[in-house]
Amino acid sequence: MLVTSPRMRAARRPRRPVTREIDEQTGLGEAYMRSLVRAQLRLGLGVCAALAVVVGGLPLLFAVAPELRGLRVAGLPLPWLLLAGLIYPVFVAGGWWYVRQAERNERDFADLVDRDA
Amino acid sequence: MSTAYGLAAVSLVVAATVLVGTFGLRISRTTSDFYVASRTVSPLRNASAIGGEYLSAASFLGVAGLILAYGADMLWLPVGWTGGYLVLLVLVSAPLRRSGAYTLPDFAEARLESMAVRRVTSVLVVLIGWLYLMPQLQSAGLVLRTAAGTPVWVGAVLVAVVVTINVLSGGMRSITLVQAFQYWLKLTALAVPVLFLLIAWRYDAAPGLGGDTPPAFAERTTVTMSADVTVRVDRPVPVVVHGTMDGASHAGPVTLTAGEHAFARDSTVTFPAGAAVPHVSELPVMTDREWGLPLAGREYPLYATYSLILATFLGTMGLPHVLVRFYTNPDGRAARRTTVLVLTLLGAFYLLPGLYGALGRIYTPELLMTGRTDAVVLTLPGRLVGGTLGELLSALVTAGAVAAFLSTTSGLTVSVAGVIGQDILHGGVRSFRVATLLALFVPLGLALAARALAVADVVGLAFAVAASTFCPLLVLGIWWRRLTVAGALAGLVAGGGLAGTAVVWTIVAGPPGGAAGALLAQPAAWTVPIAFAVMTGVSLATRSVPAGVARTMVRLHAPETLDVNRGTWRPKGG
Repeated sequence: MLVTSPRMRAARRPRRPVTREIDEQTGLGEAYMRSLVRAQLRLGLGVCAALAVVVGGLPLLFAVAPELRGLRVAGLPLPWLLLAGLIYPVFVAGGWWYVRQAERNERDFADLVDRDA
Repeated sequence: MSTAYGLAAVSLVVAATVLVGTFGLRISRTTSDFYVASRTVSPLRNASAIGGEYLSAASFLGVAGLILAYGADMLWLPVGWTGGYLVLLVLVSAPLRRSGAYTLPDFAEARLESMAVRRVTSVLVVLIGWLYLMPQLQSAGLVLRTAAGTPVWVGAVLVAVVVTINVLSGGMRSITLVQAFQYWLKLTALAVPVLFLLIAWRYDAAPGLGGDTPPAFAERTTVTMSADVTVRVDRPVPVVVHGTMDGASHAGPVTLTAGEHAFARDSTVTFPAGAAVPHVSELPVMTDREWGLPLAGREYPLYATYSLILATFLGTMGLPHVLVRFYTNPDGRAARRTTVLVLTLLGAFYLLPGLYGALGRIYTPELLMTGRTDAVVLTLPGRLVGGTLGELLSALVTAGAVAAFLSTTSGLTVSVAGVIGQDILHGGVRSFRVATLLALFVPLGLALAARALAVADVVGLAFAVAASTFCPLLVLGIWWRRLTVAGALAGLVAGGGLAGTAVVWTIVAGPPGGAAGALLAQPAAWTVPIAFAVMTGVSLATRSVPAGVARTMVRLHAPETLDVNRGTWRPKGG
């Protein structure tokens, strides 16, 4: 664990760092933690919702528009092109985007908490 | 394939595994080495190790076999097995690493501060592990039979013995490098032959699969039955039978009448060119055009597809051997990055089984008659390429298949034995030894006793149980403070009980026909929502949340750069 500037600043000034509010589980500390958890949960559920639309939508699409199942794109049947090929880069892109957002949430939180309350 | 090349491939991988296992004993003696090693493992190596352990016989052999038999709907299996890591990434990976949990029971204990939940979780880990191990051992029998012509039980017993030696010597436990190597071996073993197969296919005027007839033998073909099978014949066909058909022994020309016929093991049937391939009675007969379309050829295809999607996307996070690998990430941030790399590696691998399935439909349709569609990956190189090159490519896929079930079986055995030894027996070295035998020889018994099912189907059932139990436990445990001990227990018992019943029914008796059959063969669509509902409902009704939940939330979610109190809980295994 890194022990860097916040403690030193706290020693110089009488104000309490938010990390201590969190450690002591004060109302303020709890509020900060809840905001982090909520932000990360919203992000995670957002990705899951997008995933549900893409992945859950495909069988539905094939069911309501059966002619799409036989459609050929670039010589390959559309379902095969999607399910045996294109869906994998989409997963990777989604995962990569999520990591950037989640790390940004954590940086924002760390910035917030490292400042004095 | 000639026996010599096949045996050489099998022996080489087995010998390498045992050697590395014994050598590993010297360099990694204790669990703490594992912890220390964890700090220096790069995300790519870690991701390769997860891929190496995760890509089992079901992925290497089973997916292509199911695609050959059932067509486009089966493409969802690898999609779900990869997409499951996306769900794991966004809902579980970083908090799980930050929890410090080494196993699922560890997580349950850390989050809910309850030994009762820990014990129920342990039992479920063992059951899911056994369910996952059983088809691995069955496919070991299949591979050895295809490669070297041994009876089916030999391969299963051989793998069980090799893995036992390996696990007891402590070798596989901590060597991330070996598992990482296994991923690249498996990828090479599928990717290199497929290049040659595609060239051979082009050279063969690139036959397509759009016809309105079921598969037929392109030329005069002799089919050897690898087990007792019952096949359905649609139109009378003159054949030459050597062996036992419908209880009578034959050695010459016969006309196969329309209807069902039973062949004994090792019988051979020679079909004339152009004859339709009789299908083993469990497999649907589809025209090539139907085969290429999703939602065709099965009963209740939409329900089955959605249920499979739910099981695979949500079940991945609950597999016992996956979780332990996340511990080797230095922190939550690295765990996320590793997971994105896992997505990439799995995506690259899963581009291949579809090609094998489709080529198998063209060139090895007789597998639909023998019922051994799982052998398509092993059979194609020899069939399409031929000559010494074909033998070498066959040996390569055989080596990949052996790597597939050795790595997954080792990983699962360690996880299951760890849980049996620590939570069910008394802990310590002696318990671990007994536990290893229990972890392997129970599924070995099941594998030898149970009827042969498609490997990917049984693995699919293991995913359904994991999705109905550990998915709600992890997701609610990580994100919802009001989860209570009673709620977790009720949810685990409800989800595990319902999904478990469906699994046992499907495996032992075979699913009944109609809607009930679809519900039992693919239980996730109803068991997962029930498990979530019970876990949430009972938690809201009991309201006694664990005392340390606020501190646990800090531990799970606060980035490691912050200097905050994360509590003092340490996993038992540490």
